[in-house]
Amino acid sequence: MTSSTLAHSFAAGNNATQSERSMMELRRAAKVERYVVLDVLRNRWVIAYAVFFMAATDLLLRFGGTGPRALVSLLNLVLLLIPLVTIVFVTLYWHGQREFNEILLCQPITRTTLFVGLFGGVVLPLVVAFVLGVSVPLLARGVIGTESRGTLGLLLVVGVMLTAVFGALAVLIAGQVTDRLKGLALALGVWLILAIAWDALMLSVAMSFPARTVGPALLTLTFANPVDLARVLMVLHFDIAALMGATGAVFSTTLGGSRGVLTALGALGVWVLIPVLFALRAFNRRDF
Amino acid sequence: MITARGISKSFGKLQVLRDVDLDIRTGGVTAIIGPNAAGKTTFNRMVLGLVRPDTGVILVNNRAVNGSAIYREQIGYMQQAPRFPDNLCAADLFDMMADLRGSAVKRDDELIDALGLGPVLSTPVRVLSGGTRQKINAALAFLFSPALLVLDEPTAALDPVSSLTLKDKIRRARAEGTTFVITSHVLSELEELADHVVFLLDGGVRFAGSPSSLMAEAGEPTLERAAARLMRDHARDTLLQGLS
Repeated sequence: MTSSTLAHSFAAGNNATQSERSMMELRRAAKVERYVVLDVLRNRWVIAYAVFFMAATDLLLRFGGTGPRALVSLLNLVLLLIPLVTIVFVTLYWHGQREFNEILLCQPITRTTLFVGLFGGVVLPLVVAFVLGVSVPLLARGVIGTESRGTLGLLLVVGVMLTAVFGALAVLIAGQVTDRLKGLALALGVWLILAIAWDALMLSVAMSFPARTVGPALLTLTFANPVDLARVLMVLHFDIAALMGATGAVFSTTLGGSRGVLTALGALGVWVLIPVLFALRAFNRRDF
Repeated sequence: MITARGISKSFGKLQVLRDVDLDIRTGGVTAIIGPNAAGKTTFNRMVLGLVRPDTGVILVNNRAVNGSAIYREQIGYMQQAPRFPDNLCAADLFDMMADLRGSAVKRDDELIDALGLGPVLSTPVRVLSGGTRQKINAALAFLFSPALLVLDEPTAALDPVSSLTLKDKIRRARAEGTTFVITSHVLSELEELADHVVFLLDGGVRFAGSPSSLMAEAGEPTLERAAARLMRDHARDTLLQGLS
């Protein structure tokens, strides 16, 4: 008997239906996630992250009031800090998890299940830390009742999306780069480009492109950067596009209003999905 | 229990296993021995589905190892130098694995007590010594009374008392019908445990059979000397082949 017929003759020995099995895998993913959340929540950096957001939001509200000025400051903090903390933390955590993954994969659990549980488990505490950190001072100072409510809600959504996007990018990096330090360097590089250097790129495009094509060019560049997308999303809502440079101007004329918000949110969703799918594919193929 | 046909695996330019056929019978202890980098651990990890063969097929309990996970309900694996999450304690780990395997599984806590893990069960793993971690590793592998136990250097880092405790446990489980695959460099300890020996050399199976027939073939009185003889002979043959 050849090896392939051997394999075939034993492949049919499974009597659970497909849907029963996927339900079981989903429950197992939730179990993995619960333990990872437990592990991450005991990490003092996550607690420091939440406390920092709490202190920063409180200070901004104390000195800037509840007007748009304080919210813009908070937005800038969110746009800078969430990508940095998330990409660094998740890259390092994913690396530290490598050996334990081997132990988990020796249990009756598929790689996809493990991946889903891990990703959810590491991103969720960061999301909770951010949401709690920002909303506790807001609640304490009674901002929720004011007309800034909608903008604040959107700010929370944007922060959660950014956490998911940079968590996804981190997982992709950590899965591809075996060396921990190189992975960390690459993660920082990605953050530097997306959160800092992109503005310079935008500026040079705005300066060098002919007036006819500069709009679409800037639009494309914005969609190519989740941080910029998040910024535009907020700017459209603040209705202070002029304060926020060329990107905001392009967006409010091209996409303005709720359609722009939905488009930008959808694009952020794509920014989560694509890195996650690539990372999952690599996770399923690699040797442990 | 395990059937491997035509297994090859390379890591980059390094070919670790070359067209290996291997059968591991149900019941008893099969020792996989061979020099460093002979492909022992790689083979173990293929059985667990951690490493995928470039070619060939592995069947465990008549089920092909092909990405599904159900067959691992029957396997306990003790890997070399595992790293557990820093912030979890041993009790968390045991509960987590029990949780993943489902409530129907009966837990065998015997090793937890026998290895004296009781007092450190709720200590975060990061502050425990390497030996204590290895004890947790052993207890974890035996926790669900699996039909197949794959042990990679099980007594490394264990003190003599714990090492004896573990070997006694292996004997008891073997008597109850558990199948063992053990790799170790401490050949004297394999000699007392092994029913079958698989000798891997240069990516292939050099010998498969009983320990006594291996010793007879090499004309040496102990497993260690027999293994060393085969390795030296092989090195000499390779050298001569290269010269001619």
